[in-house]
Amino acid sequence: MSTEPRQSESPHNGLFVNGLSKSYGPVQVLADASFEVRPGEVVALLGENGAGKSTVSNIIAGSTKPDAGIIIWRGEPYSPANPAAAIEAGVGMIHQELKLLPDLSVAENVYVGRLPMRGGRIDRATMNAKASAQLKRLGLDVSPERKVRTLRVAAQQQVEIAKALALNAELLILDEPTAALGGEETELLFKQIRKLKAEGMSFIYISHRLDEIAQIADRVVVMRDGRIVARHERADIPVRTVVEQMVGRSVERMFPKLSPPGDKTVLEVENLSSPERSFNNVSFSVRSGEILGIAGLIGAGRTELVRAIAGADPISSGSVRVAGQPISLSGPAAAIEAGVVLVPEDRKEQGVVLEQTIGENLAIGNFDHVAPRGWVFPKAVQRFAEAGISRLGVKGRPNQAVGKLSGGNQQKVIIAKWVSRPPKVFILDEPTRGIDVGARAAIYDVIADLARSGMAVVVVSSDLEEVLGLSHRVLVLSRGRQRGILDRDEASNVAVMELATS
Amino acid sequence: MAVSNDTSELNVGTGAAQAVSGAKLSALFAGTMGPLIGLVLLCLALALTTDTFLTVRNILNVLDQVTVLGIMAIGMTLVILIGGIDLSVGSVLALASMVMGYVAYPDYLNLGVPAGIAAALVVAALCGLVSGLLVTVTKLPPFIATLAMMSVARGLANMITDGSQIVGFPAWFTNMSIVRHFGFLSVTVGLMIVLAIVFAIFLNYRATGRSLYAIGGSAEVARLSGIPVKSLTNWVYAICGLLAGLAGIVLAARLDSVQPSSGVGYELDTIAAVVIGGASLSGGIGSIGGTAIGVAIIGVLRNGLNLLGVSPFVQQVVIGVVIALAVATDTWRRRRQ
Repeated sequence: MSTEPRQSESPHNGLFVNGLSKSYGPVQVLADASFEVRPGEVVALLGENGAGKSTVSNIIAGSTKPDAGIIIWRGEPYSPANPAAAIEAGVGMIHQELKLLPDLSVAENVYVGRLPMRGGRIDRATMNAKASAQLKRLGLDVSPERKVRTLRVAAQQQVEIAKALALNAELLILDEPTAALGGEETELLFKQIRKLKAEGMSFIYISHRLDEIAQIADRVVVMRDGRIVARHERADIPVRTVVEQMVGRSVERMFPKLSPPGDKTVLEVENLSSPERSFNNVSFSVRSGEILGIAGLIGAGRTELVRAIAGADPISSGSVRVAGQPISLSGPAAAIEAGVVLVPEDRKEQGVVLEQTIGENLAIGNFDHVAPRGWVFPKAVQRFAEAGISRLGVKGRPNQAVGKLSGGNQQKVIIAKWVSRPPKVFILDEPTRGIDVGARAAIYDVIADLARSGMAVVVVSSDLEEVLGLSHRVLVLSRGRQRGILDRDEASNVAVMELATS
Repeated sequence: MAVSNDTSELNVGTGAAQAVSGAKLSALFAGTMGPLIGLVLLCLALALTTDTFLTVRNILNVLDQVTVLGIMAIGMTLVILIGGIDLSVGSVLALASMVMGYVAYPDYLNLGVPAGIAAALVVAALCGLVSGLLVTVTKLPPFIATLAMMSVARGLANMITDGSQIVGFPAWFTNMSIVRHFGFLSVTVGLMIVLAIVFAIFLNYRATGRSLYAIGGSAEVARLSGIPVKSLTNWVYAICGLLAGLAGIVLAARLDSVQPSSGVGYELDTIAAVVIGGASLSGGIGSIGGTAIGVAIIGVLRNGLNLLGVSPFVQQVVIGVVIALAVATDTWRRRRQ
């Protein structure tokens, strides 16, 4: 671990964060945080949700004011009044949710707020040429006149980076930049970061994906409960060590022991294709008690495939059988009736109604249980919610708004919504996306229990380690085609990636 | 299916009694504390500044005056709950009343008032259903779909008699809004109260009613949970149309006439009442209890300003200010929580 920055012997021209604190009412979200970022260096900021990473970043990027502490940037005290002042000082932040104007062109987005003018009109030629230059610097081949809406998420993110470059940023804060990126896109981003680093730019890199840190970061700062708990001078530290520092206890095992699957085939998918060709001729089966992982890069068609099986999206051909019976894929209601349930990819948009209570969220989709003859009895909903809460170990009460729960507990609410039916086929799409490392293990236990109780379980995940650790078999998709199904003992990191990139 | 209610409607009486006894009645007014306090303060102020406001006679007048608005606001509450909006209710009211007049009146089809009422309700429900289908099938935003219906229904209302009004209905029909049974309750006011209670129970204790809250909270979550979002949306717009048509019949009874130009601007009053009652235009939040308070606030405000001799032009200004104030305090209160 490094020395405290305030005792640093060789002051440099980078960023010194010294003793930052911030409270909201009685809740201290940041306590005496100190670290430094040297010029041309990538510092990874790690921690669970609520550890204080965002607060630190927002203070540096000018959108939050600290209660105490000072920041030195390029040798001078730095306390930006707002994001505009931070940008003026060369500090930019790329948020996880991109903040672009989708109906404006790439160039307009890069120069919005300071569009080059000539004779009272926007000088489009200059603007496009300048934007083009910034895009080239990133090695990006996109027309500056293209509408941002038409770009893929990865390209949109790079437009944000180009925007920061055009603003002469010298320190960029990247908040979960790879959350929505596939393998190749992540590689491209890393290449760009290395290039900009060589030009002297500094980065604060926030991520949940620990495997990335060793690849891209120079140093690591670990936060927990608003405090900095560890500083590593190197980035190639064991994942286990970092996780233990993040959660503050030793993590004995990440993945539960899997029980052997039964013999009965529960789910049979035959030659399934989507109308948009997002997946083609996919066939597989899952036995009772078995967990099938589905791996692949972003855009491989994993989410589209499982949504179709759950009746959420239409198919063009193929069939799905559950326990030998062909099921109708006319809509989610038919699939649920047939015993196929889905925990969708986007928890907040598709999984829960955030403003409603746990009880109400559990009742949705279970009115046939909690509403005899269609009458919803508040007490029945309450009892149903209490049962679900205790079965899944949700930290919450039936009348609590789901939006107030942590990601992990929200996910448990969605799972609890379905377990009591009980379903025959349980599909989980990205079950731990955006969920703290410490809380993931609990979700893994729940998934293993679902299988143990005899359901056929399908898990889609972008986190390769998760797919490998949790599945009896792994189906690999690439560009909508089924590249193979690997057994647990032959499914390795390399084997899956080979198929996924084929 | 999860939310089907096939035969259970036959047991409304017993089921409802059980359901209501199972929970506190106050649940019907949950989350409407703010508007309720506003209404009480308003009544107190008027009771102190006028000597006529707090008389039985005047209160009954207010009830009579809000029947049309109240019945429409019930339908609008459902639409706003699922995150929609219906701008066509004023026009549908006019169309329905013209259809009733045309079918019932001796100079036209002369089929009698009951047939006229039936025809009016069918036409009004169909208007709502078309709006619903434009939203669910054609994927038009509700604002546009019902804006179109607003224009179409108004045009049709004018076409029926080429713009002229129809005056004079049988006494038994107009008496429904005049004669006060048991000394206080006209048929139209009673109808409004019964409808409010039925829909309040529906929204609170029926699976289908709870599903509307889920749709408004997040249509995609509701759909993935197996709720038939499209068909419920169609139903909600159809019911909103039906209730607008019913309001048209009530208005006809009150005025003893129907005219194609009636109900202009009613959609805005209706939306205002629902929003003052605490409903969120983005859906998922709102209740019949809240809407009842919203309707009462608008009714009492109009009545009180009349008693105080305030000009109708100033009344418009006051009501506008009240809408802004009500929603602003509500937003402020929610942010603080």
